[in-house]
Amino acid sequence: MKWLRENLFGSWGSTLATLGILWLAWTLVPPFVQWAFLDAIWLSPDSRPCRAEGAGACWALIAEKHRFILFGTYPYEQHWRPGVVILLLLALYVASALRRFWRPALALAWLGGLALIGLLMWGGVPGMPYVENERWGGLALTLLLATFGIAFAFPISILLALGRRSRLPAVRAICIGWIELVRGVPLISLLFMASVMLPLFLPEGVSIDKLLRALIAMIVFAAAYLAEVVRGGLQAVPHGQVEAADALGLGYATKTLLVILPQALRIAIPPLVNTFIAFFKDTSLVVIIGLFDLLTSIKVALGEPMWSGFGVEAYLFASLVYFVFCYAMSRYSQNLERGLERNRTHALKGA
Amino acid sequence: MRARAAALQLALVAAVLFVFWYVASNTAQNLEARKIASGFAFLAREAGFEIGEAPFLTYSAADSYARALLVGLINTFRVALIGVVLATLLGTLVGLARLSRNWLLAKLAALYVEVMRNVPLLVQLFFLYAVITENFPGPRDALSPLPGVFLSNRGIALPLLAPHAAHAWLGAALAAGAVLAWLLARWARRRQAFTGQPFPVFAAGAALVLGPPLAVFLAAGAPFALARPELQGFNFAGGANLTPEFATLLGGLTLYTAAFIAEIVRAGVQAVDRGQFEAAYSLGLPRRRTMRLVILPQALRVIIPPLTSQYLNLTKNSSLAVAIGYPDLVSIANTTMNQTGQAIEGIAIIMGVYLTISLSISALMNWYNRRIALKGARA
Repeated sequence: MKWLRENLFGSWGSTLATLGILWLAWTLVPPFVQWAFLDAIWLSPDSRPCRAEGAGACWALIAEKHRFILFGTYPYEQHWRPGVVILLLLALYVASALRRFWRPALALAWLGGLALIGLLMWGGVPGMPYVENERWGGLALTLLLATFGIAFAFPISILLALGRRSRLPAVRAICIGWIELVRGVPLISLLFMASVMLPLFLPEGVSIDKLLRALIAMIVFAAAYLAEVVRGGLQAVPHGQVEAADALGLGYATKTLLVILPQALRIAIPPLVNTFIAFFKDTSLVVIIGLFDLLTSIKVALGEPMWSGFGVEAYLFASLVYFVFCYAMSRYSQNLERGLERNRTHALKGA
Repeated sequence: MRARAAALQLALVAAVLFVFWYVASNTAQNLEARKIASGFAFLAREAGFEIGEAPFLTYSAADSYARALLVGLINTFRVALIGVVLATLLGTLVGLARLSRNWLLAKLAALYVEVMRNVPLLVQLFFLYAVITENFPGPRDALSPLPGVFLSNRGIALPLLAPHAAHAWLGAALAAGAVLAWLLARWARRRQAFTGQPFPVFAAGAALVLGPPLAVFLAAGAPFALARPELQGFNFAGGANLTPEFATLLGGLTLYTAAFIAEIVRAGVQAVDRGQFEAAYSLGLPRRRTMRLVILPQALRVIIPPLTSQYLNLTKNSSLAVAIGYPDLVSIANTTMNQTGQAIEGIAIIMGVYLTISLSISALMNWYNRRIALKGARA
């Protein structure tokens, strides 16, 4: 009772706001529940029951198309391969999130994992026929784009960030040029550039496929944004650390690798995770250049005459999938931030 | 050491130059082989495609590509400017709601922020577009949540102030009042610096800004007629009619960016130390002036830099228009590239425009940051 009085009816304005929200909930929530759950059509091989009078949400679309949404146009009888890839990626994400696993072996696990993923997706060995990457798609492709994008962009971004703080003017100018140029333009323009201009850049006869071109654009894009985050971490390393390393007579490479980067990256983890989230969301833009990711699969499924008109259900489902991944990452980043904060104050008290 | 640094830089510059030369020579060869023209001469040619909405500028398919691109640029600015204003208003409200002592309100605001930030903007745009075009009724039985406002699958029709001769004078009076108020504020600041006597700048300034337009308004007989949209044939006429594409893009950009702005506003208010409130009160400053003279300047110093970068993000995100068919700069440049085959020029135009916007805003920001930076503190 006391809690209610303090937190919901503390003042006239507060009471008014509470009543307003309750009224809104009363008018909006029951019809939504009715539509989304009670009247919903969960399973149906076609859309006829969904089009009946009084039918609710047509989740049958998702149920019917779930293979297509997960794997795109990957050959049907080979679907277990991208399925395993999705599980493998999820396992790698979870392992990387647990601090218990933060040791050099994790990097090896990633290298091995990525190689295995490449083998599974392409195949070409006995028992696994070759599948060209034009046919990769769905959630598997979204996760692959995000993972490989970050995996390549991250090392580049460290170099860019170090270069931007370098004392050598030419190095600095090139790094600033890359970072500011990329951050100043929308990702779409880079994707367009990759899909229509990149083929012109290469000598005659050499061509790279659409997926790789898009991936290159995403890497160039992500590297610039990550570089700014890494730079923030580099700036936060106390100057005394640099001086101590110099006093020990360490060279640039040893000083950077052993003293500065470990501290800078640790400080930068929470904002790095936020950049990962933004990048994960940005992979959805490949729909514009016609790559077959999760969002494209859903759009294509909606393009069939039988299922057209159920965009609300389909995009609610897409939102849910993206939300689950992004929300997990953002909660993780918040927890980590709190943990790091605690460690730091702990260390200070100990000192 | 010196020599090594110089050699390293020389090698790097040489490598970059080589890559540029290699790409340029390949491109030149490829263009020649595919018989693609280069240069910007195509801009003067006839575009030959219609554009769904071209406000402020008449346009027809017979006009040039340059004019079509200009229409696109205007459309980009139109959605970005309105979006920035609406997102700032909504974001500030949500940010303050998150700090509310009302538990329900704070939780509702937090829910809004989490949902919006964790779903890609493009998915939100597709969703809104599906809601408008698939689920709204036709114009004949349009929803009318407020009198004069109609929601239908043809877009959103809003009432608009009917044009009146006095409105131009109203604007002139407002501008004159603003200039006077600015001069008054300058004079008052100088007088306070010399004599220590404060002047009620805010009240006097508000009177100066709002007084003359109000006088003009009343003198002209209070011309406040709304042009209401009315159903004519298959669509609404009169008032302002937002197309489904514009409404989707504006709504999506506003709702999405507002979530980020809300977090910035919240962080800004929380960044001001409690001691600042207490110090101001113990100096005897009343609450209003505490907010205006002590709290707001400090909160704004934290808020404004990330806020501008959100404005830039909103402008860059408006390029997602191409996915739902709103004719912004990117989608018109895309059509142009498809028709002329001159991809390099088209992409150069897109990048050039966005870079100009971004770099000028960041230059402005740097100037502003230097101005408000604490004296003696290094940026």
